[in-house]
Amino acid sequence: MNDDRARDALALAERALAHAEREGASECEALVMSEDAALTRFANSQIHQNVAETNATINLRFVVGKRVGVASSDRTDDEGLRRLAANAAAIARVVEELDDWGGLPEPTTIAEVPAAYSRATAEASPEMRAEGVRAVIGAADAAGVMAYGSFSTGTETTAVANSKGVRAAGTRTVAQLLTVSMGPDGGSGYAEQAAVDVTTIDAAAIGREASDKARATANAVALEAGDYPVVLEEYAVVDLLDMLGYLGFSALAVQEERSFVEVGKRIGSDLVSVIDDGSDPAGLPMGFDYEGVAKQRVTLLDAGVCRGVVYDAQTAARDGVTSTGHGLPAPNPYGPFPLNQVMAPGTASREELIGGLDRGLLVTRFHYTNPVHPKLAIVTGMTRDGTFLVEGGRVVGPVRNLRFTQSYLEAMAGAVAVGRERKTLKGFLGGVVVPALRIEGWTYTGTTEH
Amino acid sequence: MRDLTDRALDTTTSLGAAYADARVVRRLDESIAIKTGRVEGVASGESEGFGVRVLVDGAWGFASSHILSMAEADRVAAEAVRIAKASATVLREPTVLDDRPPAKGRFETPVVEDPFAVPLERKIADLLAADQAAARVKGIAFTESMYAAQREWKTFAATDGSFTEQTITHVGAAVEANAVDGDEHQRRSYPDSGGGWQAAGYEYIRSLGLAERAEPLADEAVALLTAPQCPSGRFTVILDPSQLYLQVHESCGHPTELDRVFGTEASYAGTSFLTTDKLEQGFRYGSDLIDIVADATAPGGLGTFGWDDEGVAAQAVPLVQNGVFVGYLSSRETAPRIGRKSGGAMRADGWNRIPLIRMTNINLLPKPGMSLDEIVQDTDDGLYLAHNRSWSIDDRRLNFQFATEVAYEIKGGKKGRLFKNPTYTGITYEFWRSCDAVGDERSYVMLGTPNCGKGEPGQTGHVGHAVPGARFRDVQVGVGKW
Repeated sequence: MNDDRARDALALAERALAHAEREGASECEALVMSEDAALTRFANSQIHQNVAETNATINLRFVVGKRVGVASSDRTDDEGLRRLAANAAAIARVVEELDDWGGLPEPTTIAEVPAAYSRATAEASPEMRAEGVRAVIGAADAAGVMAYGSFSTGTETTAVANSKGVRAAGTRTVAQLLTVSMGPDGGSGYAEQAAVDVTTIDAAAIGREASDKARATANAVALEAGDYPVVLEEYAVVDLLDMLGYLGFSALAVQEERSFVEVGKRIGSDLVSVIDDGSDPAGLPMGFDYEGVAKQRVTLLDAGVCRGVVYDAQTAARDGVTSTGHGLPAPNPYGPFPLNQVMAPGTASREELIGGLDRGLLVTRFHYTNPVHPKLAIVTGMTRDGTFLVEGGRVVGPVRNLRFTQSYLEAMAGAVAVGRERKTLKGFLGGVVVPALRIEGWTYTGTTEH
Repeated sequence: MRDLTDRALDTTTSLGAAYADARVVRRLDESIAIKTGRVEGVASGESEGFGVRVLVDGAWGFASSHILSMAEADRVAAEAVRIAKASATVLREPTVLDDRPPAKGRFETPVVEDPFAVPLERKIADLLAADQAAARVKGIAFTESMYAAQREWKTFAATDGSFTEQTITHVGAAVEANAVDGDEHQRRSYPDSGGGWQAAGYEYIRSLGLAERAEPLADEAVALLTAPQCPSGRFTVILDPSQLYLQVHESCGHPTELDRVFGTEASYAGTSFLTTDKLEQGFRYGSDLIDIVADATAPGGLGTFGWDDEGVAAQAVPLVQNGVFVGYLSSRETAPRIGRKSGGAMRADGWNRIPLIRMTNINLLPKPGMSLDEIVQDTDDGLYLAHNRSWSIDDRRLNFQFATEVAYEIKGGKKGRLFKNPTYTGITYEFWRSCDAVGDERSYVMLGTPNCGKGEPGQTGHVGHAVPGARFRDVQVGVGKW
């Protein structure tokens, strides 16, 4: 392990473990998450918020037989660790037994993921982020629009030690630049890039993409709600994967009968294949989960057919299988989630995707989506920052934003073309690698004034 | 803590800060999660750290750390100044703060029964009794019940001599029953799926009567599986407080945040249709019955405090009076831009986040006249919608769509059969203008949400909403294909 941060975090986890063992734990697990994060935020083409944080949290899972208590603290001194262990022990001694407690996970072989770390990101300065913001604003100025957005850089170290011998530690970096450009005539555009290595983010290109779109969406016209075929840009497709991952591709959701997933059931067209792969360098990799279990590559959808769900230790024990390395910090009533979804690319260029629309909509991204009926994956939300009417395979002009109420399962079943280019983006579940999609039907149920 | 805040502030001043404030926050959390009659997770958390916010050459910088030491105070203060200087290189309009008297004093949430002193076994037993009552009902697939408490000790100091100390305690609990049959999944919850929350002690949890409400709740979840689909069309709708509070939150609370109006949240949550010209024009936000106030002094509210996180005293700020838009949630930076003083709405999610304009307690005031039951009796034909299930609103807070857990048909002034999967949608100001009845004090209840998201990096806010029930005419109900 050539990583001082990881070594220090693991040493802290082991100290916490020693305190737990002294308190009489039959099993125990210490999870250390330390972070140095910074974010520069801009609006009205100037920096208006600019923040940095140094933090470390220790999460201690304390087990007595089948009784489990969890306590967390950001105190790293011995007195803090002693109190942490005492708190967790006190909880474990009063809760009921979990009759299906499967025990803490056993050690697994964890591969190094060198692609998860970039020294340039770890050493990024406020001056460097300001320079990136200047490049975005420069592109906005050139287009006569205003720039809004954020540029973040962060280093996250995770270490897990448990009484069964699990010792996992690693450091990853994540950088993200996103911007909304807004023009004087009501136009708005969006662009984003996420990466392990901040030097691969092209701030000027991000600025140009959003600014060009803000110009192109000026003076949008109203369009009647109804059913339209759509081309969803990558920024919108992220929401499909995140929402389906959240609602369905978790073993807990299946065990609680609230998931749409059945292995072997077709929910997407032949063109849709999605895996969860924590080692894919195209994404935002992580080698192990928050229980210290090596991440496995899990096929979620293969040519439209459900092939699997992700597990943590507890859901795996219930099903008599092993964890796939998708556990979250305890206590976790939400279950495991796929945090590294990767969708297979197709063969269509952007022009071919749009060219296949006889009359439909090109959608940049979605806003404020929320499940209306989780088991049917019916979701409502709005379009935002660039919605266009396409006729005869050509973009006709911008339209005002529309509300949709749409089953994401039916959307996946209606995928008729997949883009050959993919973007790495940050969704609400983690890093996502996605292409654009053409979908034959999308139900819009309302309109708004912009 | 005064030594640490003094040290941090002195360092910022020596490095050129024109203004600085420092907050030291210690937060204690406790949570119990129960699923289908068994305790799934009990956790306690403790977080402590400090943040330093500085203004240098008219630009902001902020840095924070979990290490409470003089050396770290120096390092963090210096980092905040360096960050502010970087901000100043991409600045067009220097920040100007309004004047306010230095804040001094102490505030503490009134608590009758300290939730952290109640034995854990007692709290688990109370919640378990409620959860098991719901789980025993035939047809229930799973239940989820939660209890949580949070206490925050917060010290605020600023270079203008302000120094305040606050101890704020919040508690919440809920029971939820889920029934599943094939592709159909129905749930009922009480007091709300995210929990009934107040700034109070364990006495609030006892007052909820979770165990008594659990069984009928579960019965209703099962009944919803075979209930008819909620019809589509334009209906008279009565919103129960359990739904109306979120309607207020999304369509009045957020659009009256003045930072959104000025675009500083544009890249994430969006902006607002309530632009400053509408304040000058006296924009008709709702019907004459609509009075909405941002009241940081309301008893029991999650948005109740002594001072906000830039040292402005808690106050009640009218947002809508007799249906007319009259005010914003504001800060020391934004208020002067509309010629006003800060309304004291700057709140930070812990030591490692900057304060942002957040809701305090956004309350729809009751109207003397009819109780909620009397409003139902006064309605010939309509739908009564209760308990939120889903929410969404556009980036200027105009087009909204909500789903509720249940709809009751109203015929001849009486609540009748159940409908499943109700949804309703509209445009904010059209909806509020269609309100023709607001309940009186008898249905006025303090609710709130502990998970209001805003900002980058993300912050989760605790905000309160006291509301009665209310009636709205000609509302589009039943959206999408089912």
